[in-house]
Amino acid sequence: MTMLGDRQQLSYIAAQAADARVNVELETEGMTLNIGPQHPATHGTLRIVARLDGEQVVWAEPVAGYMHRGYEKLTEVRTFPQVTALINRIDWLGSFANEVPFILAAEKLMGVEAPPRAQHIRTILFELSRIANVSLFLGDLGVQLGAVTPVFFAFRDREYVLNLIEAATGGRFHPNFDRIGGLKDDLPAGFIDETRTVMVKLRRFCDEIESLLFGNEIFQSRTRGVGVIPRDVALSYGLSGANLRASGVEWDLRRDQDLPMAWNKADWKVWTHPDGDSFARCWVRLQEVRESTKIVDQLLDTIPAGPVMTKVPKIIKVPEGEAWVSTENPLGEMGYYVVSKGDLGPFRVKIRSASFNNISIVPWVLRGVYVPDIITILASLYFILGDIDR
Amino acid sequence: MGLVDRGRLPKPLTSLFNLGRSYSLWVYQWGLACCAIEMGAAFGSPRYDVMRLGVIPLPASPRQADLVVISGTVTDKMAPAIKRLYEQMPEPKYVISMGSCANCGGPYWDSYSVTKGVDQIIPVDVYVPGCPPRPEALLEGIVLLQQRIKNEDMGARWRGEGTRPMSAVDGSSAEKGGVPVVVD
Repeated sequence: MTMLGDRQQLSYIAAQAADARVNVELETEGMTLNIGPQHPATHGTLRIVARLDGEQVVWAEPVAGYMHRGYEKLTEVRTFPQVTALINRIDWLGSFANEVPFILAAEKLMGVEAPPRAQHIRTILFELSRIANVSLFLGDLGVQLGAVTPVFFAFRDREYVLNLIEAATGGRFHPNFDRIGGLKDDLPAGFIDETRTVMVKLRRFCDEIESLLFGNEIFQSRTRGVGVIPRDVALSYGLSGANLRASGVEWDLRRDQDLPMAWNKADWKVWTHPDGDSFARCWVRLQEVRESTKIVDQLLDTIPAGPVMTKVPKIIKVPEGEAWVSTENPLGEMGYYVVSKGDLGPFRVKIRSASFNNISIVPWVLRGVYVPDIITILASLYFILGDIDR
Repeated sequence: MGLVDRGRLPKPLTSLFNLGRSYSLWVYQWGLACCAIEMGAAFGSPRYDVMRLGVIPLPASPRQADLVVISGTVTDKMAPAIKRLYEQMPEPKYVISMGSCANCGGPYWDSYSVTKGVDQIIPVDVYVPGCPPRPEALLEGIVLLQQRIKNEDMGARWRGEGTRPMSAVDGSSAEKGGVPVVVD
């Protein structure tokens, strides 16, 4: 870490020096470029302040906090069932995935476990929300780089997935479906057949995006070799999810952890890429959508029979204790450290969200790049503002 | 437009202007939170397709926009930027507040950092409730706004007396006309 701290210090000195040099030699001024807080390329309200030397960035810093809604404090005044309604809205593209680690942590504290059928359905909905999340990323990626067509495809096919989530949970966006000890309800009739057809559509969407974007020469020349994050840097900055896997680290919490979920009952692959550049990050995500459709297809075949809810008291009081559960969410590792004092609500919840750590690398990776590459790198890092600021 | 600022606009001309304005709304999207994705679905997806209503999304700058959709949680840190955006828009300008957060704070009603309603900062024409509202709800909000624009008295608006004089429900310029529309 000291090495990286020194690097940041050095880049700051370099920024100062660049300003001074430009001032003395050319009698011009270095420019400070402010991107955001509202800019189409920042997925919301991230603000990037970049100091430029001509076309090159010498110093860039993300200014977070424009979407800070105080989740960690709000959870202290909510009861356990109410918290899931709140934390749905952290990563708003894959809402169901936000609920799962919190519920698992609460279940761990209470010593209950969801029945196998509930675990299966949870995993299916988890993967569906991952597909809904990342498919929008793939469409949005085109918009960031100047290709408008992919986003229409993404919104078209994402609607099918949202319909499935709505059919199962009643909510298009924020399901609030997960309960301590199981699920609110069983799957509706016809869900399994409908999901199969949608998964076929999604695989076709992946093929379309691959031929539209990833095979495109302009796309490749704008993303290959841009924003390279080496393996050790990615690890030391705490990157997770596809950003880490694109740097060649084979690390997936779905596979590496023993959680009461059904991922280990399906046969799937953790994709990595050795390059660590923007192209690798996008490519790994594309493969992940494909893997998710495979997981959903396999789990649909093997949903066990039985109830979807265990016996839990009507008024849920979680016994005293502390628990940490994290899962591999669409954006990376998302975890909740839940501290309970035996009350109706948690005493303290620490939320570890993926995007906050993922954008911490922005000052490092933006150093020395050209201005158009800022957009490429930010798009490929893929963050969601609710996930950064919470 | 000498006729307008003297306040003597003939009625047929008013109707003509209002018709034109209501079907060429340039929407600046102020996407903040979850609602921004549903707004994106309404504006950018082939299923909802807002352009058939005569609404043009994605202008390059707020200076070219007639309507802004505040979609999502407004935080105290973001509020000055929203006010500045609103001031940059040229008159006549309209605001749709989309989602519970922008209407009143929504699930963050007791949060320390969230502004409880964007109407504390800028005047709102149409409130679209929901968390987040479906794209259809936003489209209905836009249709209601178009009805309001059609019934507007441009002269009164130009003189700055009662910038929102019309009720979109019955089209009358009653005293209660200042009340904004809420999509049911």
